[in-house]
Amino acid sequence: MSFPLNILAFVGQIALHFLTYLGQVADLAKELLIALRSGVWRLRLVAQQIVAIGYGSQGVVIVTGAFTGAVFTFQSYAKFKEFGMETTVGAVVSVALCRELGPVLAGLMVAGRVGAAMAADIGTMKVTEQVDALRVMGVHPVDYLVLPRFLAMMISMPFLVAESVSFGLFASYLVTSVGYDMPSTWYMTHMVDHTNMEDLSIGMIKGFVFGMLITLISCHQGLAAENGAVGVGAGTTRAVVISSLALLIVNFFLSIALNYAFPIGSV
Amino acid sequence: MNPTLTTMIPRTIHGPDEIFIELRGVKKRFGSQQVLDGIDLQIKHGETLCLIGPSGEGKTVTMKHVIGLIHPDEGDVYVAGMHVNVLKERQMAAVRQKVSMLFQGAALFDNLTVEENVAFPLLEHGLKDKAEIKRRVMAALEAVDLDEHAHKYPTNLSGGMKKRTGIARAIIDRSECILYDEPNSGLDPIGSDIIDQMIQRMQKRYGVTSIIVTHDMRSVFKIATRVAMLYRGKIHFLGTPEELRNSPDKLVQDFINGRSDVTC
Repeated sequence: MSFPLNILAFVGQIALHFLTYLGQVADLAKELLIALRSGVWRLRLVAQQIVAIGYGSQGVVIVTGAFTGAVFTFQSYAKFKEFGMETTVGAVVSVALCRELGPVLAGLMVAGRVGAAMAADIGTMKVTEQVDALRVMGVHPVDYLVLPRFLAMMISMPFLVAESVSFGLFASYLVTSVGYDMPSTWYMTHMVDHTNMEDLSIGMIKGFVFGMLITLISCHQGLAAENGAVGVGAGTTRAVVISSLALLIVNFFLSIALNYAFPIGSV
Repeated sequence: MNPTLTTMIPRTIHGPDEIFIELRGVKKRFGSQQVLDGIDLQIKHGETLCLIGPSGEGKTVTMKHVIGLIHPDEGDVYVAGMHVNVLKERQMAAVRQKVSMLFQGAALFDNLTVEENVAFPLLEHGLKDKAEIKRRVMAALEAVDLDEHAHKYPTNLSGGMKKRTGIARAIIDRSECILYDEPNSGLDPIGSDIIDQMIQRMQKRYGVTSIIVTHDMRSVFKIATRVAMLYRGKIHFLGTPEELRNSPDKLVQDFINGRSDVTC
């Protein structure tokens, strides 16, 4: 085969793999929808997952949000001061945290912590035939393993995003008022004046979407695990990598779409 | 009758000559390997069929076709009159109410105790009466001599105890047919004998149909009513244990006597 044909075949193979993967994730989403509509939600499992996903992720999300808010304020304050605009730091940091940094960083942290756990848990069950045992007992794996995680993620993610934003703003406030001796009224006034409900809504919507992505991608990797411990390890790595990349890519397009719906400074 | 087993009587009783499971020309390929190459097999109600053959010849794959965990590339699988390979995953519940399975590693849920593992099918199938669940779980655990270990987690059990828990979980839902994937592997001779007795008891008292994948020839001669030997993706031998013992076929004799040139 000639060189250009080889390249074409290679690109075609990658495209085929990608489309197959998308098809599998779409199939999982379809099964999840069927499970949701069945109304059998296993609330005890949902509660257990809320503890694992929501309660358990608070530490990493708070630390990430707080230090991002602090360092963002520290860097931007110096530049803004050159133009005599240092009092607007609160507004800039607040909008940035609500619209982008809060949901994205919380999402990345959850993808690393929870996505990996989901893929590893379900993957281990798959390679030790526990998933097959569920099927043999007439229980659909998506109903029992994916749906409770999905519901728990949908409930937890907005709270985690809210915590990330809140602690980011609190840290930012401390940096300006304690570190730079800026009167706290200036910070608070600018922050409140320039942050509106739309900014918060964007953060929450992104939290929902990222939660959905992380659950679907990680559970798919778990359910597709093969070849024992090596397969589970590889699936777990893929879950974190694909979730993180998907989150960043989707965030870009979501930001464009949401900025049409909720333009910055529209109120 | 052993009172502990009275709660495990199958839901329906069928005539002994009625065919319960049928595989017609089943073919299955994994990558370049043709694992099953036209399997034809009929299993009657109440039969105990042992599937034997060298490792990697598709015994477990054959068994997984019966319960719809694997679908054939070609051919058809029927269980209790249901065409298994055309059913979708969510339609498979009807088949799986009649057939249960003991997995090779028992496949117990690590986060549940022995008692919770055994109660799992009852809870998932909508039984709400806690007293009834407890009674049936304890009966099943007594039947496999594990009632004193009900609160242990699977990680704290020996291999034999895990297998017995798996059996208790498989029998609790009163299935008409139980598939056993190497129930004796990794067990000491006494543990292995206990499992054999359990399988025999289920067959003799309640007419449970059993398919057993095993390499343990002592078990085969003890519990099987028929034996099927798989070789190169086909049924190489099908007959009673006595016919197996007296078979003039060199491959069969090499296998049952453990002579190593069987796979050459």
